[in-house]
Amino acid sequence: MSSPVIEIEGLSFGYESGPVLSDVDLHIRRGDFIAIVGPNGGGKTTLLRLVLGLLEPQRGRARVFGKAPGKEPARVGYVPQHGNLAPGFPATAQEVVLMGLPHGRRHGPSFWRDERAWASEAMRRTGIEDLAGKRLPELSGGQRQRVLIARALITRPELLLLDEPLSNIDPYGRQCIVETLTGLGRETTVVMVSHDLGITANAITGIAAVNRYLVQADSPQLTPAMLELMYGVHEAGCPVHEHMHNLAETVPSGEAHP
Amino acid sequence: MSPGELLAQTFVQHALLAALLVSVACGMIGALVVVNRLVFMAGGIAHSAYGGVGLAFYIGLPVLPTTGAFTAGAALLLGLVTRRRRERTDTLIGVIWAGGMAFGIILLNLTPGYNTDLMSYLFGSILTVPARDLWLMLGADALILALVLYYFRDLLSFSFDPDFARSRGIPVDGLHLMLLVLVAETVVMMLQVVGLILVIALLTIPPYLAERHTRSLAGMMLAAGFWSLVSCVAGLAAAYLFDISSGASIVATACVIYLVFFMLQTAWRWLSRRGTRETPRIVD
Repeated sequence: MSSPVIEIEGLSFGYESGPVLSDVDLHIRRGDFIAIVGPNGGGKTTLLRLVLGLLEPQRGRARVFGKAPGKEPARVGYVPQHGNLAPGFPATAQEVVLMGLPHGRRHGPSFWRDERAWASEAMRRTGIEDLAGKRLPELSGGQRQRVLIARALITRPELLLLDEPLSNIDPYGRQCIVETLTGLGRETTVVMVSHDLGITANAITGIAAVNRYLVQADSPQLTPAMLELMYGVHEAGCPVHEHMHNLAETVPSGEAHP
Repeated sequence: MSPGELLAQTFVQHALLAALLVSVACGMIGALVVVNRLVFMAGGIAHSAYGGVGLAFYIGLPVLPTTGAFTAGAALLLGLVTRRRRERTDTLIGVIWAGGMAFGIILLNLTPGYNTDLMSYLFGSILTVPARDLWLMLGADALILALVLYYFRDLLSFSFDPDFARSRGIPVDGLHLMLLVLVAETVVMMLQVVGLILVIALLTIPPYLAERHTRSLAGMMLAAGFWSLVSCVAGLAAAYLFDISSGASIVATACVIYLVFFMLQTAWRWLSRRGTRETPRIVD
């Protein structure tokens, strides 16, 4: 049995407007590639923020590498939703990647040679080393997303958390990102919020469906319990519902998606 | 008077030194204000500084240090209340903005025998900066420079993506408060040069201009300082030549420089795009 990376037990969290997550259990082991699925507002991003230590659970407990979340920034890489970033910010891709370094003893306006080497290595892993001198507005959505993934990879994290890395990106860009993520190898545990299960079906080892409650499965297929959690039970034929049912039936065979 | 004779005058030397000292702070803090979208907040802090001016006259203390302390307090208060009620930031800025000014005006009314030139703090008086204030400005510059250089990486990361910066262990909330206090000190320095009503212009136009042609935050800070200095010196010259008030002249000069730069850059881009169109392309 491989060692646990994320252990969440009985966790609840809510904002003033009401509960967002209730009695959530989640167990992720080293080498897992977990897709987090669920409707908008279902608590997927909140769950990631709890794992990062940006939010405190109101009930229950969360452990990352056996410690309270947020205690080991260098071991956890984070790729937030890229739509929220200031597009005109005066920084090159390489500088953005360097921002991934954890807060530490080094200060001052210039980066050290070894730090620049780490940035180049992270950019090589995401296939954007030739974009180092470009500013973000000069990049496509997919390239920008890979800059953010490189920023998360600069510390060679053992756990990588991604929040909808494939949304608003053209199909070619998506393919590049998925290849980057699957190329990381088993030493990197990946947790990815995604609406697109098809493209990652071959990579993922498990799914967690989140809609206030959480249902986890150790296989890359949606279970009926997950569909019920996410979309409720529909009397009439809802197209999404049927589509997801078909998906749940076709994905197990493994090669259903070209 | 010839330029040589003019430069030999103490008040002109003081004015140029003040312009240089203000531009150092303005470049660094102005760049951070612009990239963090804190312009309205900086405006609120600038106007609340008037409360500090009133307080200084009322209790009879030197204006610059008293205003510096008062405005730092107002900036901290603003930072703390907006952190708790983020969705109300604009309203709270409005309250501090107007409240600080009203406080200053009332205290000035209550000051017996008050007859100092009120306008000099509203519109600036770069030609009457005493040597003591230059030393204070130098001290403020040194403090701002030291803090910005020391925390540069953290400021860079949190300006670009505060959430991510927090996930790296960077003390984002503390840095935000520090930045607001530095904005307060910069604003108080600038009171002398352009006056509090026009502070926001000199704090935003040079950095915005710098953002158009720089590739890094450090470069933007340097360029913003340069453009600020150019605006101050050229504005002073214009004020002398046309006999107009110096603060307004400096801000007007900054606006004209921005406009000219913008038009030249747009024209240049248009021409270079036309140039590339000459290469073969698919006819539609």
